[in-house]
Amino acid sequence: MPEAADEPLLRVEDLCVSFRSERGLLRAVDRLSFTVAPGEILAVVGESGSGKSLTSLAVMGLIDDPNAVLTGSIRYRGRELVGLPRRELRKVRGDEIAMIFQDPMSAMTPVYTIGWQIAEQVQAHSRLTRRQARARAVDLLGEMGMPNPAIQVDRYPHQLSGGMRQRAMIAMALSCNPSLLIADEPTTALDVTVQAQILRLVEQLRRDHGSSIVFITHDMGVVAEIADRVMVMYAGKVVERGPKPDLFATPGHPYTVGLLDSIPPMAGAKPRRLPAIPGAPPSPADRPDGCPFGPRCAHRHDSCRVDPPLYRRGRQDVSCTLVPEGADA
Amino acid sequence: MLLRRLGEMVFVMAGISVLVFLIFFATPGADPAARIAGRNASPDVLAAVRHDFGFDQPLWVQYLLLMKRLFVTGDLTSFVNRGQKVIPSILQAVPVTLSLLIGAAVLWVAVSVAIGVTAALTRGTIVDRALMILGLVGVSMPVFWVGEVANLITQSRYHDSWFFSWVPALGYVPLTQDPVGWFKALVIPWVTLAILYIGLYGRVLRASLIEAYHEDFIRTARAKGLGEGRVLVRHALRTSLVTFVSLFGLDFGALVGGGTLLTEIVFGLQGVGFLTFNALQNLDLPVIMATVMYASFFVVASNAVVDLLYAALDPRVRLARA
Ligand SMILES: Nc1ncnc2c1ncn2[C@@H]1O[C@H](COP(=O)(O)OP(=O)(O)OP(=O)(O)O)[C@@H](O)[C@H]1O
Ligand SMILES: [Mg+2]
Repeated sequence: MPEAADEPLLRVEDLCVSFRSERGLLRAVDRLSFTVAPGEILAVVGESGSGKSLTSLAVMGLIDDPNAVLTGSIRYRGRELVGLPRRELRKVRGDEIAMIFQDPMSAMTPVYTIGWQIAEQVQAHSRLTRRQARARAVDLLGEMGMPNPAIQVDRYPHQLSGGMRQRAMIAMALSCNPSLLIADEPTTALDVTVQAQILRLVEQLRRDHGSSIVFITHDMGVVAEIADRVMVMYAGKVVERGPKPDLFATPGHPYTVGLLDSIPPMAGAKPRRLPAIPGAPPSPADRPDGCPFGPRCAHRHDSCRVDPPLYRRGRQDVSCTLVPEGADA
Repeated sequence: MLLRRLGEMVFVMAGISVLVFLIFFATPGADPAARIAGRNASPDVLAAVRHDFGFDQPLWVQYLLLMKRLFVTGDLTSFVNRGQKVIPSILQAVPVTLSLLIGAAVLWVAVSVAIGVTAALTRGTIVDRALMILGLVGVSMPVFWVGEVANLITQSRYHDSWFFSWVPALGYVPLTQDPVGWFKALVIPWVTLAILYIGLYGRVLRASLIEAYHEDFIRTARAKGLGEGRVLVRHALRTSLVTFVSLFGLDFGALVGGGTLLTEIVFGLQGVGFLTFNALQNLDLPVIMATVMYASFFVVASNAVVDLLYAALDPRVRLARA
């Protein structure tokens, strides 16, 4: 287990996020545990509604719904973030842990230039003057491969293309050299070529700064390109996790298999329709008893009526009763 | 762009002047000569008055004459108080209206921002609910009623108590003559006029702040590690400003134009609203025409200013136009 050998940068244990509602407490994220090692790219995959965004917002301390209840432990460099006073949390946010959001258009304040917004973050965590912060913004935009950064810095978010906006967003997230970057579907809104450029940028960040990255996506193709390790989520739970090569070679959970089948082939004739997993994931309000994937699973049998724990198989962890029988139990 | 706006303004004002003229002169039954001559005037007197004021000429001649004396020669006089020049009397009334309005505006902006922000930040709590009910009460209390009650309390009932003995008699005191007296005379009118707008603006600001807080960019601002104060002022409040400011511009324009009428009457302030009111009662067409022109000028002008402010506050609007 090389990735868990030394102290992880981030250790999440038994994280639960629930919402109070008329139908009682709905658990959207259910006893989630994972770690992120320094310099590692962890991909988090799962269909819509599986709790990926909630998990990342929980790490940032950004769940502000008054009906949300958060339990469990989130340790960053050994320090507990859950229950940390706001002032302390604020010093971590943006400086040590930064986040990129899916839609850079709505995630940037429309009335300020991108340079202003980057400088604002720089100044929140350093003693730089306005001019220095602005110079830093120009540098960052240049590093992100934006042409004419000295001009673009004075542009408003709506004046940029989607790809350029996402670069500005990434420049902002990286402005304080965070040790951990959480990217919540940063490429979903972009077309394929821009998507590839952004992925390269993320890899470059890891190479140049040694940052760890949690990369959230529902695109297995993206996972194949950049991840070191993969965590597959379904209905607020981890259903499988492990190093990317192992997981891609020998997926253990039927859900992972389904996701992998949905990657379009790189070469050769494209199939007319990609096979998709039939059905839709359950909402937190109507999760079945037992294995949450049960109703959609082709291999369902009696023992699925009990929610399976995570079984160890080689370097993978799989939450499926097929594993102990099928593999090296 | 500026020229086009100016052209638009002239066009709108010309249209309004024709409309007002037709309403007061060409509607059947509205015989200004009869009003001016008095109730029991003989037909001879009536005919004389009619001739004197030019009512026996064709309508369009009357209209043009009126416009010429209003805008070109500037010597238009009142029909009722002969010799009272219309333009100087409006110029005299403007400082009164402005004094009333500016003080009230400062008050209502400051208080409604405080209320809107507090309510938005304490959303769902008792504080929020209490503030919103208070705002609703403010919106639904008629201005003249508030004014009358205030007068009753401060002018007669409790005037001799230590608490209200400072309140001067009704009426305006020019700022240049006696600043303290000006302030004392206007405090209660300011509050009276502001109450409605405090309620209105407080509610509007609360709603747009709550909307702003649901925006993704607020989450980004927090993710950047900014303090809550900065998130509020630089992000939530700043983006809510567009609605607030345009509302303010339009209301201010309408009030300068004579919308302060009720407050002026209740407190005996001889402002533009007061003037308009008297003119309407006497069907004093030259004064009506002049005040309506003055009012429509401010309404149209404030519309233009709001448009400019809109562009200044929101780069998306500004750049779309350029
Ligand atoms: N404020 C909230 N109140 C109630 N339920 C919520 C709230 N926020 C999220 N949820 C629920 O939590 C579940 C997980 O949401 P989350 O946004 O984390 O999914 P996701 O995996 O990021 O999906 P996507 O791929 O669509 O981004 C969803 O089913 C959603 O309905
Ligand atoms: Mg999401």
